[in-house]
Amino acid sequence: MNLMRFKGLPILKQLRIEEQLLRTSSENWCIINDGTNDPTIVMGVSGKPAELLEIESVLRDQVPVIRRFTGGGTVIVDPGTIFVTFICNKEAVPDLQPYPRPIMSWSSSLYSKVFEGIGDFHLRENDYVFGNHKFGGNAQSITKTKWIHHTSFLWDFDVWNMAYLKLPKQAPAYRSARGHLDFICRLKDYMSRSTFIDKTVEAARTQFLLRSFELGTVENCSETEFRPSTRFLTNEELEAAAVAGQ
Amino acid sequence: MASTMLWASRAASYLRISVFHRGFSTVLKDLKYADSHEWVKVTGNAATIGITDHAQDHLGDVVYVELPEVGAAVKQGDSFGAVESVKATSDVNSPVSGKVVEVNEELSSSPALVNSSPYEDGWIIKVEMNDAAELKNLMDSEKYSKFCEEEDSKH
Repeated sequence: MNLMRFKGLPILKQLRIEEQLLRTSSENWCIINDGTNDPTIVMGVSGKPAELLEIESVLRDQVPVIRRFTGGGTVIVDPGTIFVTFICNKEAVPDLQPYPRPIMSWSSSLYSKVFEGIGDFHLRENDYVFGNHKFGGNAQSITKTKWIHHTSFLWDFDVWNMAYLKLPKQAPAYRSARGHLDFICRLKDYMSRSTFIDKTVEAARTQFLLRSFELGTVENCSETEFRPSTRFLTNEELEAAAVAGQ
Repeated sequence: MASTMLWASRAASYLRISVFHRGFSTVLKDLKYADSHEWVKVTGNAATIGITDHAQDHLGDVVYVELPEVGAAVKQGDSFGAVESVKATSDVNSPVSGKVVEVNEELSSSPALVNSSPYEDGWIIKVEMNDAAELKNLMDSEKYSKFCEEEDSKH
């Protein structure tokens, strides 16, 4: 498995690299991005802006909004977010069925090693929680031959940023209609950034032979004309969504 | 579940459709199947395509279906769209090559049809095939049933 580590890589670039690797690479990848420089809203592939965002505030404050290629919900990411991604061939993990629930279960067993003895960690519905407070959100995309599972970890977050997000209609049952600040918690209260990243790499090493890869090597190796679907939504699209209630 | 399966068997018998019950997933006799768990129903040059009961069961509740444009070309084995379930998008691949002539618009407002009626109301696209010989690359219902059993037993 190739390991790529970044610090502060813009989230659009990270997601486009991931989408390209999923669609064009035959190798396995682990990508870790320690924070992303600019606060950005990231919606899943089917997200409806009017349902998920306070569009007026988003437009007023010019917060960038990305629609990513994986499923799942909406997050606002910033320098306090740590991203960990696994892109695997279907045979990479022995006896793992390439469907959402088995992949989610596999990922939680990996992170159980990272958080062993810390904070009552578990996978709750599809979120990583300490107790009943979410600190990690997951999303996946599954193709005929590969899958990606990526997670945004709330090492820290800015409470003001949460105000850009509405309470989602499709929320896990354990959320129990709690507002953002009552629902989520900070990983920094349990672990330092470097400890978390080191332990994650160590946990990955128990299953894969890791070798470091540089971004430049990835870009040069791409032989296909691949056009990612992950993109920013334009102001016009957000305004139209607000008007149409979508 | 048992009474539903009994009803289904009686209905299938009345309609002269053979139904295999492998575990809890249904396989219909007159369809062809891809190893990526899509089915195709062929009438002349026309193909109706969806995902199998095995696939919908493993994917979970479908909340969104990404449909291709009418007129788009599809190629056997290649992705033409996706379904979203849980937190995942999963590619849907075409069992045949040809041109999309119709998409199931109902799925935009009722994506759960893929779960509740994978072989009927949950159909995804209709294709005008351009190479009927490709059908030999697909599995019949018996082979597909065994394929699913082998896949499930490995995990």
